[in-house]
Amino acid sequence: MIEVLIPILAGTLAAATPLIYAGLGELVAERSGVINLGVEGMMLIGAVAGFAAAVETGGGAGVGFLAGAAAGTLAALCFAVITLSLAANQSAAGLALTIFGIGLSAFIGQHYVSHSLPGLKPVALPLLSSIPLIGPVFFKQDMGVYLSFVFFGIVWWVLAKTKLGLMLRAVGESPESAHALGFPVFAIRYGAVLFGGAMAGIAGAYLSTVYTPLWVQNMSAGRGWIAVALVVFATWKPGRLLLGAWLFGGVTILQFHAQALGVRLPSQLLSALPYIATIVVLVLISRDRKLLQLNLPASLGKSFVPGR
Amino acid sequence: MLLEPRATPSRGMRLAAPLLAILLTLGVGALLFIALGKDPQEAFHVLFIGPLADANGWSELLLKAAPLILIAQGLAIGFRARIFNIGAEGQLIMGAVFGGGVAIAFQDSQSAWLLPTMVLAGAIGGALWGAIPALLKTRFNAEETLTTLMLAYVANLILSWLVSDPWRDPGGMNFPQSVMFGDAALFSMLFEGLRLNTSVFITIAAVLLFWIFVSKSFLAYQVTVGGLAPQAARYAGFPASRTVWLSLVLSGLTAGLAGVGEVAGPVGQLNLNISPGYGYAAIIVAWIGRLHPVGIVFSGLLMALIYLGGEAAQMALQTPAAITGIFQGMLLFFLLACDVFIEFRLRKPLEKRRAAALARKALP
Repeated sequence: MIEVLIPILAGTLAAATPLIYAGLGELVAERSGVINLGVEGMMLIGAVAGFAAAVETGGGAGVGFLAGAAAGTLAALCFAVITLSLAANQSAAGLALTIFGIGLSAFIGQHYVSHSLPGLKPVALPLLSSIPLIGPVFFKQDMGVYLSFVFFGIVWWVLAKTKLGLMLRAVGESPESAHALGFPVFAIRYGAVLFGGAMAGIAGAYLSTVYTPLWVQNMSAGRGWIAVALVVFATWKPGRLLLGAWLFGGVTILQFHAQALGVRLPSQLLSALPYIATIVVLVLISRDRKLLQLNLPASLGKSFVPGR
Repeated sequence: MLLEPRATPSRGMRLAAPLLAILLTLGVGALLFIALGKDPQEAFHVLFIGPLADANGWSELLLKAAPLILIAQGLAIGFRARIFNIGAEGQLIMGAVFGGGVAIAFQDSQSAWLLPTMVLAGAIGGALWGAIPALLKTRFNAEETLTTLMLAYVANLILSWLVSDPWRDPGGMNFPQSVMFGDAALFSMLFEGLRLNTSVFITIAAVLLFWIFVSKSFLAYQVTVGGLAPQAARYAGFPASRTVWLSLVLSGLTAGLAGVGEVAGPVGQLNLNISPGYGYAAIIVAWIGRLHPVGIVFSGLLMALIYLGGEAAQMALQTPAAITGIFQGMLLFFLLACDVFIEFRLRKPLEKRRAAALARKALP
């Protein structure tokens, strides 16, 4: 039984990794009060930038991650300028970024369609990987998976334990009060949005340089949107985001193992499972209005113009 | 922060913003072509002048503008109420699936009722696909932006399953496509040798109906108030859930009609290339048209031209099809940036300095 479970669970972790990166980035942006619906676009831009950089330099996934993060940050900067400095509607601007990102990535990516990359080999961590079940599932993964754990730890620690995290949460609750207290509202929101872009870019680069590892047009296939939904599902808490990402990784992996498990459904309908699951978890979490209102950053989606 | 609020929103800026956004998009587009090593003047000629050089070009323009305008009319009602249906692409596909399903079920029919039945089925399919997020929003408070979009992915996969298994054309060399529809299942051509067909009248009728609806009906007024001032709407007793249902079902219905227009028009069958992203582009069309039925006609024609230009550039300049998406995204981006100046203006640096000097004096 365990022999059957291990590849499924290990695959779940890899499938969850892009969602963890993108979700953590969006979570930080939303905790500062900015909702960025451009995650899908930033992910694609990061994916193509990472893939192109890895192919052109021959530097492998590491270079890809750096290039993906840089490209995602640049894309987020465009979003930040018009939503923060120019106070434009955040939902619409995020949508514009997604449409732009789909177009731009396809445009750049056409030169890389026939290339492929070696990806990353799993690294077995000494001692830890020899624990039964947990070892091979958690500690025989590639470096991209381990790095996502590191980022999870950093985000959790900064939000919960540092002054920066406190300021970020204060800005998200009430930018007016934070401004009156002398917190640099714009700098914090800019920082949060750019961090979100960098993380979405890394998520894309993980897909194109490690997970697939190919460039395919529109390869994120809605993962950016699922990451946005995951933040709601997580009620803006990093720990629950991690669980949610694993849940979705599991749903994604299940469709590849469904045939072996004796499920007789057409492959297209199995591919629809993650999207249907997204709707289901959104419904489950949203129906409890009190729970949402308790955790929702109070200024989410609202522009801040001092003195208005 | 460089902005300060205007005393009253600027009407001039509301109309100037789309034009400014178009100019900025063209400017950045020119830079893009220079970066690609193309002559921008030649590129713009290929993109925006060439497509309209003959009758066929104008026919193609109207053929593409019709679904964009139709979908955007429905979306604009919701956007006025701050209901963001961003999954019109899925509702379009379900309209095509329902309408196309009727055509496939009655393949050999010559009846004059076949096409009207398809149109009705398409409207129902789109409306149903819009009703699901409405139900989830009103019953369970689930965010419609995410549910409509997720349902668009699901609709695409349903279509993909249908055309590769139960509805696949047995004589189609295993391609994922249905049989070609018979003449009774197709809109008739308006002019000899051009692809423009009678489905354009659905769009024309929709523009008139939406214009009357928006300018004359109390219901449309309630919806707009609900978007601009939710608390006032609640105080006046305008039910919020009715607004959600109306917005999503109506926009689903128009998108469904557009889907039938495609499969019973230029596409002529069900396959995986029913729509080049009309459902997403219509969001931008609605915005640039200022959410107004007449404004949307103009912005729909502009967006259709971007599609045509993108196709022409593909052939003449060997640029990829994705250039259309880049232009669409930039246009919405610049429009949103310009829209800010409807309610705000740039703070004058001189005033800023004076204010700072005054503040310094006030301090002991």
